[in-house]
Order: sequence, then C-alpha cells, then structure tokens
Amino acid sequence: MVAKFDLNDDSVVVIIGTGAGGGVLANELAQKGVKVVALEAGGRYMPEDFINDEWDSFSQLAWTDARTTTGSWRVHKDFAGLPAWIVKAVGGTTTHWAGASLRFQDHEWKALTNYGKVEGANLLDWPIDSAEMAPWYEKAETKLGVTRTGDRAGLPGNNNFKVFEKGAKALGLKEVHTGRMAINSSEYDDRMACQQTGFCFQGCKWGAKWSSAYTDIPRGEATGNLEVRDRSHVARILHNDAGKVTGVEYFDKVGNLQMQKARIVCVAGNSFESPRLLLNSASSMFPQGLANSSGMVGKNYMRHTTGSVYAVFDKPVRMWRGTTMAGIMRDEARHDPARGFVGGYELETLSLGLPFMAAFLNPGAWGRGFTTALDSYENMAGMWIVGEDMPQLGNGVTLSETKDQHGLPVANVNFDDHPNDVAMRNHAYALGEEMYKAVGATRTFPTPPYPSTHNLGTNRMSEKAEDGVVNKHGQSHDIANLFVSDGSQFTTGAAENPTLTIVALAIRQAEHIASEMAAQNI
Amino acid sequence: MKHSHPAKHPPVRELSPTLAGISRRELLKRAFATGAMTVIGAGFIAAPDAAWAAEVSVITPEQMAALVQMARDIYPHDRLADKFYVVAVKGYDSEDNKALVAEGVAALEEAAKAQGHESYAAIGWEEDRVKVLQAIEGTTFFQTVRAGLVTGLYNQKEIWPLFGYEGESFSKGGYINRGFDDIDWL
Ligand SMILES: Cc1cc2nc3c(=O)[nH]c(=O)nc-3n(C[C@H](O)[C@H](O)[C@H](O)COP(=O)(O)OP(=O)(O)OC[C@H]3O[C@@H](n4cnc5c(N)ncnc54)[C@H](O)[C@@H]3O)c2cc1C
Ligand code: SF4
Repeated sequence: MVAKFDLNDDSVVVIIGTGAGGGVLANELAQKGVKVVALEAGGRYMPEDFINDEWDSFSQLAWTDARTTTGSWRVHKDFAGLPAWIVKAVGGTTTHWAGASLRFQDHEWKALTNYGKVEGANLLDWPIDSAEMAPWYEKAETKLGVTRTGDRAGLPGNNNFKVFEKGAKALGLKEVHTGRMAINSSEYDDRMACQQTGFCFQGCKWGAKWSSAYTDIPRGEATGNLEVRDRSHVARILHNDAGKVTGVEYFDKVGNLQMQKARIVCVAGNSFESPRLLLNSASSMFPQGLANSSGMVGKNYMRHTTGSVYAVFDKPVRMWRGTTMAGIMRDEARHDPARGFVGGYELETLSLGLPFMAAFLNPGAWGRGFTTALDSYENMAGMWIVGEDMPQLGNGVTLSETKDQHGLPVANVNFDDHPNDVAMRNHAYALGEEMYKAVGATRTFPTPPYPSTHNLGTNRMSEKAEDGVVNKHGQSHDIANLFVSDGSQFTTGAAENPTLTIVALAIRQAEHIASEMAAQNI
Repeated sequence: MKHSHPAKHPPVRELSPTLAGISRRELLKRAFATGAMTVIGAGFIAAPDAAWAAEVSVITPEQMAALVQMARDIYPHDRLADKFYVVAVKGYDSEDNKALVAEGVAALEEAAKAQGHESYAAIGWEEDRVKVLQAIEGTTFFQTVRAGLVTGLYNQKEIWPLFGYEGESFSKGGYINRGFDDIDWL
C-alpha cells in the first residue's frame, strides 16, 4: 500500500529530490520504519517509457528549467543556459547515468594533507576516511550490483572497449578492464542482464542498469512508509523561531503552492539546486540563506576534470553498439605530482550517437574539418577523462537575476578551470591520443568538456563548522534537523565517478537519522 | 543548441512532390540558376534535375536557395543529397524568421560582392563560399543557422544510415547477438 501523508503531519522526514542521494535515502529510511515524503520536481518514467533516441530522451528526462552561467569555462560559451546535463525525473540522474561505480582511493579522503596547499585551491580533508566508509561502500555495491565487486563477474567488452584495451596494452598500461559497473553482467536482484543495447545514457529499457527510479523507490513505497510526490518543485524550506526547520513550501503538479510540515528536511536536488534552495530560503533569522553561517553554501563547485578523446581508424569500430561506458584504464588514477599536477584521473570508454556527436565533438565548429570527422563516425572510438578537479572559492552557485517559471531566482553557475585542472586534462588528452595511435588511429580529437554530468561540492562536508556546510553525517552544522544528502556534500571530488560514494553516504546517513530520531535527538 | 535546451529541428512540412508534369527542359527554361539550386519563380525552388522541389510562402525562393547552399557549406557532407539540407532549413520560411533571413541573406550577398563575386550561391568553389561565410560568421544570422543545423540536419533519422549509425536498438533485442563485439581487425 503506497502511503499518503497529511500536509500537516509534522512527524515525517521530507526529502527533496529522488536521485542517487534522495532516492536511496528515501528507501533506506522507509525500510527502517521512518515515514517519508519525497518531493520530486520531475515526472515519473519507467523502463517502458525510456526512448532509444538521444534528443527525444533528452527532452523527456533532462533538467531544462532556466539556469545561467558565467566564467571562462567553454560550457559558458557553447551552452550558456545548460551548465549541466542532469535529469528532472523520479530517479534523478540515475536514469541517465552510465553506471561506473568506483570507490575513492585512500589518499583522496585527505586531499589537503596528501596534496599540501595548492595555490588558488580551497582543499580540505574529509571528516571521514576509507576505513569508515568501507562497510558502507560494500552495502552500496551490493545494492547497485556492481560488477567486479563481491562475486559479480565483469561485463563482456564491446567493440569500443576492445580498441581501448588494445591501445592501453600496447603502451604497457596495466589496469585495464570493463569497469566496475552498476550494470548486471548476469541476472541480479530481479533485474535482467545487460543486452548491450547501447543507450545507457537514455535510460536502460531492460532495467539491467541500476537506477533508483525502478529499484529503491518502488521498494520504499512497498513498505507503506514512503510517499513520492512527483512534479512537486520545492521553493523554500521553512523554520521556526528556535532556528529548527519545520517544513517546506512547494509548487504541486498544477502549480499551486503547498506547505508540507516535517520533523526533518533532507536536501538532495543535486549540486546546483540544493544550494539554490538553501539560498532561496533566506529569512530575517538567516539572511545569508539556510545553513550558511560559514558562507560556504554554493561555493567550491567541482565538476571533475573532464574531456573526451575520439579517434578515427581506417576500419569500422561501431562504438555505439553495447554498453556506453564499460571500459576503464586506472594507471593514472594515483597521486603523483611528478606528472605536473596533484590528484589523478581515469580514462573510461565512451560513445555518443551521431546526433550527440554532432553537438558535442567540437561545439561551434563548422566546415570540412568538422564534417569529415563525422563522415568517419562508423570508424570512431571514444573515451572520457574523469579526474580530480580543484575546489575553488570562486566556482559555484549564486542566485541569478533570471527567474524560473515559478518566479524563483535560478542558479547562476560560475566556473574557471584551475591550472591543475588544465595540466591534468592536457596530460590525459596526450595519453588518450597515444593509446589510439598505438592501434592505428588516423586522426584524433581532443574534445572539450560537455555540460557537467558530475556536480559536486556546493554544500561541502567539514570537521569544523566554519569550513563547510555539513558535518560527517551530512547534517548541517547550523540546523540539527536539516540534512544534505546528495553530491553537494563532497569535500573534494576524487578521481572517481561520484555516484557510488553518494549512495554509500546516503545509506550511512539513513542509519544516522534513524538512530538520532529513535534517541529523540532530532 | 546555443541557448538553454536544444530545440528539436523545426517541424517540416512535406516537400512539394517533384513538379510532376513539368519537363526538365521546361523547368530549366522557366528558371534561372542559383548555384546548385534552381529558382522556378512562383515560390518554388528545385534541384536542376527536379529530384526535389520546395515551396516557400513567406521568404523568397532566392533566400531559400541561399539558405540551402549555406547549410551545405557549413556542414558539407558529399554523400548527403540536397533534400536533407532543404528539410533542415525549411523552418526559416516563417513569419517569425522573415526579417532575420532577409537581413542575413542581404549581408551574405554584400559580403560576396565585397569579395568580388556576383552572388554567394553562384560562387563555383566551396573554398570561396566559405571565405564569404567567414566574413559573416559573427552575425546572429550565421550563428542561428549553424546552431539550428546541429539538430535540424543531424537529427534526421533518414541520414543516419549514411553515416553507419544504426539508431534505436531495443526493439531488435540490443546488440547482444548482433555484433556488439564483432570487431575483427585488431
Ligand atoms: C550522462 C550521464 C552519465 C553519468 N554517468 C555516471 C557514471 O557512470 N558513474 C557515476 O558515478 N556517475 C555518473 N553520472 C553522474 C550521476 O548521475 C550523478 O552523480 C548522480 O545522479 C547525482 O545524484 P544526486 O542525488 O546528487 O542528484 P540527482 O540524481 O541529479 O537527483 C536530483 C533530483 O532532485 C530533483 N530536484 C532538484 N531540485 C528540486 C526541487 N527544488 N524540488 C524537488 N525536486 C528537485 C531533480 O529533479 C532530480 O531528480 C552521470 C551523469 C550523466 C548526466
Ligand atoms: S547497454 Fe546494457 S545497461 Fe546499457 S542500456 Fe543497454 S541493456 Fe541497459
């Protein structure tokens, strides 16, 4: 029986957003008997609704409400209104994601200690470490069914991976395999094995890839403790004179403003919307926005050092066939400042269909230099760079002059690369091009970063209240019953795709919230 | 693709059927050539071989011919027939775009004249037409046309096979038994 809670029920936990963080937290709390109302701005789409077509799927799932950009990053020039490619739907960006699921390396939890002070960067150690996170990672891997963890086998390599692997091996690189993926290599957890359809970014129509949309959320609902209200856009978090949050105001399906009372509020709207909501909730008691006594709400935005390398060969590759990202090379993930930068990066296979390739290969380019590349689309292979970028005070989310359809100021996203990011990207471009040349590439393309898919750090976790927004449980330093439950908690970004860590933190946070509720501490 | 979310390519009305009943000779007689395209007066442009024809109702046939040529010069694919470029720019034949097109094509023609050509579409070599386009590259007109083509051209499913791209695969059971790992030359 799906629960239905009263707007005046002030015993519920309200979760804002149902993606990797919010969707998992909602289910974990519901399993423990905690009553949850999850408010999700987007609609509900299941595997049968997903579309094997890049632009049609984008129109169906992507967050296209207004956002603005500033800064020297190329995304501002080419995609001024689309700083991120993320989702507005039940399940959040776990409908789009590719499934790469990696644990942080030990040293990455303590970036400041291990890298030292980096000029212009606002590095900080996480208040948690590998040992603390190990059991939560294991729970997360089991939940997501991550391949090459537990007793789960790896996925088979597709054409794009075979080219990638051969190039890596030719250069003597060692750690190359089809990745740790939240994609079933055989039937697992009532979901079937991957059929190598090749539209992982468009929502997996087989359900072989984990998404909270069709796993955690329906399971949470089945407990009778979780009510998900879709097409419900939270406008503001409310508080009382004691400085405790008391509920949220949201625009419902038909655009009416509603108020849901709450015992606890958890913000999980991804790294633009979460700080935007805290800033938009400013009051006379909290004029800088909620949970913002440190001034860190919206600051330290990270998007990973990314970029792609595509290459053309004299014979067909057909990279679009099969899993979009099941291939990784990890030799450069280590921290080795001798390379001219701190932190490390991974190279992962990546394929785009023809329509997205035309949009993203070299945005703004035209003429034969560009079109001859697409003429060889069938003979192309591709990889993506994902590396640790530097948190910087100037990078982040502020409220824009622009208003959205509800009249609320939208997020402006400012970003400049740090010199460390640039040095790392150039190193990765050169290695990626070498790998492909080692297999006979006739032409290579160092492709600029896309609108951000990984968005982190804008409500960072810190030991001390003056350094960040939340403590080691994602609980805000300022307001005990206000939590942040998504990737915006990240103190630093590490070189790994973030979602496994977001999920592990959400499982851990659920444990903390449930026990604090039981102890009547919140 | 320039702002906020990328629009799908504008809805395209059916192209007029090729001008049945008009002989190729007559067609050519009634027309005057503008590069690869032929303006047939009365709101039509057509390929010289009458392989396709498009009707315009708001902008002029000459403007449409310039747009089609411009589309090809921006994203030249020798294996793509003109009709795909026509579909990609057909949306500019609307009241909303009338002024943009009129001003833009006028600027294009002016740039062509400044470089010593009679008109843009009549320039023989692509390289020379590209130089004219480079002269107007910074204009809203050029950037709008270019950005619109990214989806207007490349999101036409009919062209995908010409690039080898296979599109939707769920209904065929994915590639698990259809060559996801069939590369044989490594
Ligand atoms: C194409 C693509 C590929 C990716 N591949 C990988 C990968 O291989 N591995 C990996 O680790 N990560 C990957 N990612 C990133 C991954 O999807 C994100 O890290 C993850 O989903 C973020 O989780 P989140 O909970 O922070 O936010 P999201 O999952 O984005 O969820 C946020 C939700 O909050 C909702 N929301 C926002 N504001 C409001 C509001 N005011 N009221 C109500 N609801 C609101 C949004 O609609 C959304 O549904 C990929 C992302 C993309 C786009
Ligand atoms: S390749 Fe596998 S995981 Fe990706 S969409 Fe297809 S079936 Fe799902």
